[in-house]
Amino acid sequence: MTTTDVSRPSFWRRVLSFAREVWGVLIRSSSVFSLAFLVLAGFVAGIIFWGAFNTALELTNTETFCISCHEMRSNVFEELKTTVHYNNRSGVRAHCPDCHVPHEWTHKIARKMQASKEVWGKLFGTINTREKFLDHRLELAIHEWARMKANDSLECRNCHSAQSMDITRQSPRAVEAHQRFLFTGQKTCIDCHKGIAHHLPDMRNVPGWQ
Amino acid sequence: MANRSQLLAAAAFMALLSSVVMAETFSALRGATPLDQEGPPPLMTPEQNSSVREPRNYPEQPPVIPHSTEGYEISTNANKCLSCHARTRVRESQAPMISITHYSDRDGQFLASISPRRYFCTQCHVPQHNVRTPVENDFVDIDTVLKGAAPGRPR
Repeated sequence: MTTTDVSRPSFWRRVLSFAREVWGVLIRSSSVFSLAFLVLAGFVAGIIFWGAFNTALELTNTETFCISCHEMRSNVFEELKTTVHYNNRSGVRAHCPDCHVPHEWTHKIARKMQASKEVWGKLFGTINTREKFLDHRLELAIHEWARMKANDSLECRNCHSAQSMDITRQSPRAVEAHQRFLFTGQKTCIDCHKGIAHHLPDMRNVPGWQ
Repeated sequence: MANRSQLLAAAAFMALLSSVVMAETFSALRGATPLDQEGPPPLMTPEQNSSVREPRNYPEQPPVIPHSTEGYEISTNANKCLSCHARTRVRESQAPMISITHYSDRDGQFLASISPRRYFCTQCHVPQHNVRTPVENDFVDIDTVLKGAAPGRPR
């Protein structure tokens, strides 16, 4: 025991000296590779890293990824299945990220960074039972309503544009409501169309509900 | 013996006859499908969505819903109908307010908000489909009876 203590420095000391050595290599200018090689290698590495980043980003932007967690699969996804956004006559349907992740790149990255909170929730089991999920449902819904209110229901409008909306093909009730509130900009989609894809939380204190 | 065989033949004939009659009787409603099988369901018709109010057949009838209610949630958490028909929502929605009777409990005591026993709208109020009725309905409303103007009735 004592011999090893004397002959070899401690683990952390060795790590530190190794890090110093690496740092020394990094800050010294290259004597082996040409500048062109280093620039090209950096360029290629950049492409690979960027591609990998975007691939990972897109991989986490699929419904398959969302419902790989039971929290999403057995709560919100089951509810979606009964609605017109999953099941309808033409078979065109919305996937989770269509409504819950902005399609434009910068906003998508911002949303993805916010979503790190959801990873935290997953790790610590914030909603890992049905009861816990129901307890948090109002809070989660309020976040989504606030987000959609703030961006003027952008994710709705990615498919449902007011310009392409032919109100002569709508029911009298829908015509009336859209002419009074949507086309005048008084309200945005989410103000009236809450709970269209998932069940609602306790709505007692939500404006427009009883 | 002859008597007995005659009786048997008569019984067999009657059984055949009654089965034919029964088959004809049942075929009126359930089609030609045998009794132990399920026939093809009739086509679903779209919900009436005109928003034009239908008259009541008698004064106490819960008014029928003249619009589509597909996907409307009525649960302990939320009631989509009340978003338009509640007292405070009528100005914005211009929908008819739910009847004042819905604000009283079973003892006739008036409440500040809708009574829990009247909360589940579709227990009484239902949306309408345009369907061909399998059985003719000869309901005559009280006004017609009082006037005695129903076809074939004496004045």
